[in-house]
Amino acid sequence: MVVVGVLSLQGDFLEHIQLLATMSNVKPKHVKMPRDLSDVDALIIPGGESTTIGRLMKIKGLDKAVVDFAREGRPVMGTCAGAILLAKSVVDRVVGKVNQPILELMDIAVVRNAFGRQRESFETNVLVEGLGSIKVVFIRAPAIIDAWGDAKIISYIDYPDIGRVGAVAVQRNMLAVVFHPEISGDTKLYEYLISMSRR
Amino acid sequence: MFRVGDGWLKLIDSYVFLERLRDLIYQLLELRDRALEEGKLLPGIKAGTPLVKYGFISMFKSGVIMDVTNEKQAEIAEDAGAVGVMVLDKLPYDVRMTGGVARSASLDVIKRVMDTVTIPVSAKCRIGHYEEAKLLEEIGVDLIDESEVLTPVDEKAHIDKWRFKTPFVNGARNLPEALRRIYEGASMIRTKGEPGTGNVAEAVKHMKSVNRDIAVLRGYYLAGDIEAIWVYAKENRVPYELALLTARLGRMPVVNFAAGGIATPADAALMMWLGSDGVFVGSGIFKSADPEVRAKAIVLATAYYDDPESVVEAQRIVSETASMPGLDIRRLKPEELMQVRGE
Repeated sequence: MVVVGVLSLQGDFLEHIQLLATMSNVKPKHVKMPRDLSDVDALIIPGGESTTIGRLMKIKGLDKAVVDFAREGRPVMGTCAGAILLAKSVVDRVVGKVNQPILELMDIAVVRNAFGRQRESFETNVLVEGLGSIKVVFIRAPAIIDAWGDAKIISYIDYPDIGRVGAVAVQRNMLAVVFHPEISGDTKLYEYLISMSRR
Repeated sequence: MFRVGDGWLKLIDSYVFLERLRDLIYQLLELRDRALEEGKLLPGIKAGTPLVKYGFISMFKSGVIMDVTNEKQAEIAEDAGAVGVMVLDKLPYDVRMTGGVARSASLDVIKRVMDTVTIPVSAKCRIGHYEEAKLLEEIGVDLIDESEVLTPVDEKAHIDKWRFKTPFVNGARNLPEALRRIYEGASMIRTKGEPGTGNVAEAVKHMKSVNRDIAVLRGYYLAGDIEAIWVYAKENRVPYELALLTARLGRMPVVNFAAGGIATPADAALMMWLGSDGVFVGSGIFKSADPEVRAKAIVLATAYYDDPESVVEAQRIVSETASMPGLDIRRLKPEELMQVRGE
């Protein structure tokens, strides 16, 4: 049995929990306090507002606890807002420089709201290296525009006027995903995350 | 009918034809998959689908959307950890005090807010005012509130929201009203409460009414009494399919926020405890004497409503002497009530 924690401060953590509950040998768990992480094998930082989640994480010391959790080598997946929080460099497409707390765990650079506003949010299929085609939803999604060190982009999307940008990046035990597998209900990325916890 | 020859096809020929057709379809699929793998084909990109709308709204959950009237207030809201801002010309309290016709905010003000903050920007349009909504969609607002705070232009018919790519939120005082709005295409529901009063009593009443109806429907469903769900739908003027969906889910079929009169962190925590997915704060923040700290405290109390220690911490940040004075709903004249607009 693998215990998968979902950071449950703000955002669509319930969708993650409900999807994990349909998988065999997986026990989903809400994480709201640093102590909740003690028996967690893998952690998901859900979609939501990255500014809100980042600020809330500081209040109970979850920011430091999650950094320690990842540094110990336990797997962490961030979807959308979660991917922004994992990145070392964050800018916004319209506003530019942003002033928001981030965890700076992965050697990737992301652009917030890269594809536009909600009007431009879309569903599509993406190819992820080793996982094949996945039906996903991009919601005011960020894009991964750079990866360095041992971080590697394993999925791209070609978008009109923007060109080819990164959609999924992996670095050791960490996974940054700019779209929402929890909204389209595809479990391939979850299985990948869980397989990392077994390694 | 056993005709052969002279242009008539034998049945066996049709089987052969269908088999070839099947082979052709498989070949085309193979070609498509190969092209996709080689990155030659652009995968279809579909914007504005229901999944994209409901998905976007689900990102707001456990968050606070704050009413603002300019970009400076929007920045305060963002810094405090709001998940979104709602741009108005006047805060509900001022709408009440000023009187007259309340309309959508100036497009320039909305645009300036959109260029200042990274979080989603919402704006209100009048009930039934298709064109105001169209304008808001055109300038790129992320969420449209078809709101009773503004003066309705059509009390009988709301906007057909299925025609928009931009998601809508609507107010509701009870479950049937909510289901009617969802049927019209609303992607999100909020309680109406009594806006601009600083009095959370009406929001509590509306949320409890919703909860009781859901419990009743759930009970029918668990008892296998589909007939009763049928009768509920008929008596309450709601589509049977939506009543059944609610019964199967045991909750509101879309994200459901609290709104109307929330003024303190404890108010927000109370609404979360009653089952809200998040809260809208209207006049409560920028009509108080301590907007910066109050905004932060309400965000904290909303996310950690189930941890009493955190709610205490949030409530201690604000001072009751700084809360908006508020209005007693029993002293409002019937024509001053906003919640009865557009059922």
